Amino acid sequence: MAYLTEKFGSAGALHLLAGAGETVAAARVPAIKASAKIRSKKASRGTFLYGVPLLGLFFLLWEIAPRLGWLNRIFFPPLSEVLVAWWALLASGVLIEHIGISLQRAAIGFALGVVVAIPLGLLMGRYSLFEKVSDLLVQTLRNTSQFALLPVFILLLGIGEESKVAITFYSSVFFLLVNTISGVKSVDPLLIKAARSMGTSDFDLFRKVILPASIPSIVAGARLAVKSSLFAVIGAEMLAAKSGLGFLIQNSQLMMETADMYAGILTLTVIGLTVNYLLVWFERWATAWKGQSETSLI
Amino acid sequence: MDRPNMDRIVVSDISKTFQLKPGQFVTVDGEATDRVTVLDGVDLSIRKGEFITLVGPSGSGKSVLLDIIGGLTQATDGNVQLDGRRITRPDPKTGYVFQQYALFPWRTALANIEYALEVRGVAKAERTATARHLLALFGLAGFENRFPNQLSGGMQQRVAIARALASNPEVLLMDEPFAALDQQTRELLQGELLRIWGKINTTVIFVTHSIDEAIFLADRVVVMTARPGAVKEIIDIDLPRPRDGDIRASAEFNLYRARVWDVLRDEVNKAQKDWTLSPAFSH
Repeated sequence: MAYLTEKFGSAGALHLLAGAGETVAAARVPAIKASAKIRSKKASRGTFLYGVPLLGLFFLLWEIAPRLGWLNRIFFPPLSEVLVAWWALLASGVLIEHIGISLQRAAIGFALGVVVAIPLGLLMGRYSLFEKVSDLLVQTLRNTSQFALLPVFILLLGIGEESKVAITFYSSVFFLLVNTISGVKSVDPLLIKAARSMGTSDFDLFRKVILPASIPSIVAGARLAVKSSLFAVIGAEMLAAKSGLGFLIQNSQLMMETADMYAGILTLTVIGLTVNYLLVWFERWATAWKGQSETSLI
Repeated sequence: MDRPNMDRIVVSDISKTFQLKPGQFVTVDGEATDRVTVLDGVDLSIRKGEFITLVGPSGSGKSVLLDIIGGLTQATDGNVQLDGRRITRPDPKTGYVFQQYALFPWRTALANIEYALEVRGVAKAERTATARHLLALFGLAGFENRFPNQLSGGMQQRVAIARALASNPEVLLMDEPFAALDQQTRELLQGELLRIWGKINTTVIFVTHSIDEAIFLADRVVVMTARPGAVKEIIDIDLPRPRDGDIRASAEFNLYRARVWDVLRDEVNKAQKDWTLSPAFSH
């Protein structure tokens, strides 16, 4: 009976008032959002500061435990010795070389993953028959450990760069694929209807509607994929390589140069933190249109 | 009154039946079925530049009829002609406005309007100029770079209407475009729509649940029957134009209100009965 509750009559003056009120209210919206953003930034800085004492305690323990003989100094040198070793590795240029080669392997594998997963994911998400046919194969491959396949990659591609790129590709592609598919599937059907009503071609529908609408999900997948390919390259370098951070860590352990080993591990941690921070920043930038994006730093 | 050569859109004997998914069924007139007929024999001729509003109870297939005219859905039977040509897919001459705005959230207000021109291959400079002009026309100059979620509902719908008008459509289809807005914004936008329509003389087909809105906007109000939908009656609205909000308080307006409600009442009652009989209906 909504018809009966319709308002009877309305004065022209009211129109003007309503119009002005609406504009003012709307103009206020972004301001509120901006202040909320500042508050959350402050809050995350606060959270960071809260965490500093415990981390400091951890580093302090690392420094004094070997010195006081609580831990074997040969297996566990004090933090200061590790930092000295780290500085020496850095100064000699060795560390930079290892970092460069590891990042390069991870990046190439990840880039290949993007090139393969996004078009494939768009198709699998959009055409259910395509997904029905390919899903079982994807699930099978996805649940096979990349490290179990390293011997296979080495057999097929040799001990060189190709097998490392293969394992980083394999480690990243499924995160990207699965998230692209779920992104495509969750595109608001109304947006597709609107696009079609404007005469959008199938190709443009993918390029201008489905892909941008799926970006938040794809970028979330990319974060996992980058981490996964970094982990994979370290593992692969430990098992079969003559260069890279994984090799540095593994080789230092074999040579009992434990300070170098920890220097390598610390370097990896710093890289991991930096990459994660950059990815969170990228995710915020790429999904700025969503308004406040509540991405955690984890 | 009828000048056949002036007919822009001719809807001839349109029927639409939805086939439910396997295993799903509903109760229609006491019988279980997996097919639901939402439109049954709709005939309607719409003249060039005319403002038509469609009212009818829930489930009378108003939106489906709009989708068929927009070329987004195919009729099961019958056909729709636009300027003598049968509609089988979205026509570049048609613009569509939805209740939920359907703006692309990753595009700014300006870029949303540009989209309509982009997919039609209009050059960048020209589409930006057109989009800016339209935003200004809707009183949104200065809001070019806002994303939809930074705009109020009324502003978003203005952008959506501007987007639909960007390609200079000869037909504008509007599916309850103001239903999600508060009463003041709604009346404000009704006034704006009439003002702009007065300038461009597009043919408008406007679906609404509101009798007031239907009368205020229309040259003719088309009242649909309860499901399966057909045209029950067409009421000519002979109110002077340009119209402003005051007209709602006039005696004539009240007469129209009573008249439309009179035609609609039985159908609403029927629809209510229909819906209580088939609680499983959904699509």
